[in-house]
Amino acid sequence: MSDVTQDGPVLAADGTPLKKSLARALRVEKLRALALIAPLLIFVLVSFIIPIGSMLFRSVENQIVGNTLPNTVARLNAWEADDDALPPEPVFEAMYYDMFNAAEAKRHTRLGSRLNYEASGMSSLFRQSGRKLDDLGKDYLKDMRAINAGWGQAGPWYELMSGGEGAEADRDFSKLAVGRISRLEETVLKPAEAFAPSVEIVALLPKTAEAYTSFAVYEGLVEGRDVATRKPWETVYPALVQDLKAADVSGFTGAGADMLKELAGNIGQFEAPNFTQVMAEVDDDWSNPETWSLIKAHSGKYTNGYFLNAIDMQRTPDGAEMQPENKRVLLTLFKRTLYMSLAITGMCVLLAYPVAWILANLPARSANMLMILVLLPFWTSLLVRTSAWKVMLQQQGVINDVLVWLGFLADDDRLIIINNATGTIIAMTHILLPFMILPMYSVMQTIQPTYLRAAKSLGATNWTAFWRVYFPQSVPGIGAGSILVFILAIGYYITPEIVGGTKGVFISNRIAYHISSSLNWGLAAALGTILLAVVLVLYWAYDKIVGIDNVKLG
Amino acid sequence: MKFTKTLLATTALTMAAGVAGAQDMPNEMTIVSWGGAYSKSQLLAYHEPYSEKTGVTILNDESSNEAVAKLRAMNEADNITWDVVDVVAADAIRLCDEGLAMEIDPDTMLAPADDGTPASEDFGDLLVSDCFIPQIVYSTTFGYRTDLVGDTPPTDVCDVFDLEAYPGKRSLEKRPINNMEWALLCDGVAKDDVYDVLATDEGQNQALAKLDTIKDSVVWWSAGADTPQLLADGEVVMGSTYNGRLFSVIEEQKQPVAMLWDAQVFDLDGWIIPAGLSPERQARALDYIMFATDTQRLADQAKYIAYGPARKSSAPLVDKHAELGIDMAPHMPTDPENAKNTFLYNYGFWADYRDDIDAKFQAWLAK
Repeated sequence: MSDVTQDGPVLAADGTPLKKSLARALRVEKLRALALIAPLLIFVLVSFIIPIGSMLFRSVENQIVGNTLPNTVARLNAWEADDDALPPEPVFEAMYYDMFNAAEAKRHTRLGSRLNYEASGMSSLFRQSGRKLDDLGKDYLKDMRAINAGWGQAGPWYELMSGGEGAEADRDFSKLAVGRISRLEETVLKPAEAFAPSVEIVALLPKTAEAYTSFAVYEGLVEGRDVATRKPWETVYPALVQDLKAADVSGFTGAGADMLKELAGNIGQFEAPNFTQVMAEVDDDWSNPETWSLIKAHSGKYTNGYFLNAIDMQRTPDGAEMQPENKRVLLTLFKRTLYMSLAITGMCVLLAYPVAWILANLPARSANMLMILVLLPFWTSLLVRTSAWKVMLQQQGVINDVLVWLGFLADDDRLIIINNATGTIIAMTHILLPFMILPMYSVMQTIQPTYLRAAKSLGATNWTAFWRVYFPQSVPGIGAGSILVFILAIGYYITPEIVGGTKGVFISNRIAYHISSSLNWGLAAALGTILLAVVLVLYWAYDKIVGIDNVKLG
Repeated sequence: MKFTKTLLATTALTMAAGVAGAQDMPNEMTIVSWGGAYSKSQLLAYHEPYSEKTGVTILNDESSNEAVAKLRAMNEADNITWDVVDVVAADAIRLCDEGLAMEIDPDTMLAPADDGTPASEDFGDLLVSDCFIPQIVYSTTFGYRTDLVGDTPPTDVCDVFDLEAYPGKRSLEKRPINNMEWALLCDGVAKDDVYDVLATDEGQNQALAKLDTIKDSVVWWSAGADTPQLLADGEVVMGSTYNGRLFSVIEEQKQPVAMLWDAQVFDLDGWIIPAGLSPERQARALDYIMFATDTQRLADQAKYIAYGPARKSSAPLVDKHAELGIDMAPHMPTDPENAKNTFLYNYGFWADYRDDIDAKFQAWLAK
């Protein structure tokens, strides 16, 4: 007692305050515990949360449009979407250059597939446009060659654009191009190694410099070739014509000045490109304002379009709208998934309860035998069991044959119990039954038989004793089993696919379709996110109503 | 990624120049296909002779069903474990569009025909994508139970829609492709107009309305093995599936089933090489492809399964079935007797309209 003062803190044996010493000890304990679970935590994080998170992120991610057509998207922002009027010429100009670069990098078809989810025809529009864009540049090149053969060669172009030996390079201009190509290729390229045009050329021929730098960055950094020996892409020719129409090159003295001045002197014989017309010649759909409103509506970096699609709506230039009646199916499937999963859970409770009760009340030896019978199907392949149900339930199957043989059914009036909702419910109830029996069984095992006897000796009937004494104690098992079965059922895929026909398929079948067939991963991710949210909400509701503490797995 | 692309480009060049040495190529490769009888026919016709010739070990993976999704995932993870993949042409187009398959130059990368005709001519129109190397022509067509259709067996695809003459269930694939075309054809649309009509809302509704007339009598299948099983069990009187599956029901299992070749839809199956392989593995894959798609090898496959070789020059070499000893030519979908009225899967149309029409088709199914 001597080391405890009346108002000072309680001290530990080594003189530090007891509170501090205790906290330190606890902290060490906590760190040790954390270190022990660290492997699991890291495993779960790396193998579960990050992949699922990145998959779910796809439901809002939409950078492909902006990455593939950066300038077009920027210029479309200023355009008011209109179903009757085309966007102005600068938008078409940007589209020509963007699309050409994307086609060189073979990214335009990916964008086409992406936009085809929103409107039919975009896929082939992009695929075919990519092939036809060369013509414009080739025509100009032919005429330029007639003036000076150097325009069709790699060396003179490189000299002109780089400004020759000792010219000051415009690194910032080059960095922008590297950024654009990096986003197009979805990779990180190093701007330091990239080609940079001379400051003088950028000021004099901005469009040509941009077209040439895009080409040079792609050839140099992506393909790893020596730019000085490569002929530029066809985009530089229309760009050069545009620039020469606007610029005065008489004062230019850098590398290639003679060639450039010669061309500038003859520029009158070239017609400035009209990109609106060029694109219209590539494909009629480019002169349809709807094509442009569609691109504008889906040009954001992030989109709610996939979520809207997932609930039978669509994103339009005028905001969200319901899908046309004949395309609405996903909400129906969500509802069907929910109520059929509930029905399956209910069936499982009804069937599993008596089985679990018998298992819990038999002597250990026979209980073990029965337990093996419960587990045996559990160990059989899911596909085998589902296919076996097909043999049982089909119209020429075992059940119908027996019923017909017994005379309960006429031969031409056989029951239809497969390829519909009934088939799914029967097969899934069977497959999920062990998940209900096992938690029920382990909870029932812990219920003392003496309670029932006590209730009866106090005058309760069999029913009252069961309902008032036994049943309430078995509820945690029902709760645990129901949650397990319901959550498993809601995401089931293979069984509904095989025995569900058209009326017994779940939303997960559509998710599988979009993952593996249509490759619309954004929509699949949105559907998956909604499904996850529904489960979490139901779990929360269950916790509020029944209480999650009331769930026991054993 | 960029580095490999660079290497790829250089390899393509060296390959074209014919300099790639066999000693650099790996001695193991993974080939992906569909499994079952089809994989077996490839094993006997291509894999075993190739292994014998080169000593390469071939690992088989039966994932063609989900090849597109898996290749995309592998590409994103930058870890491609497949060397050669067997896919249907529509998937090859999709893979090419997504940049997941490598572009092929038929004349330098594929063997010419025995008489020297370049591969691009020998395959002809069947080269439907820059990345696709055709292997077989198969068709989706109908089979019917000979004992359940009465005295006048069906001869016309429209008999499928005739519930009075042919009562009972029929099985159709659970997707719009092919079904929509047949429906329009049997609703009076001329064959040449089918796709123009199907591109419109009214046309799609017309096709669905026609399908509506038999909807209650349809069992929808999603796996190629379903219709043969349903036919064998007598669950359906007629059903669509791949002609090779019907061949095995009829000739190998001797079930009372016959073919209805009318309005069969030709489709192609073939190889692609994933984009982004290391140069050594790519050289190996190309070496395999060069071997496995030559005239004799394609004709050999027809000994084991009833699909037509994709090369014109292979057709005259098609022989008897290796086990049954029957002549295979009359069982080929391309046989003139069978090919009186045919469709060719319209790749361009379905690439554009698949997403849209599938949504409508699924909504119609759920109604």
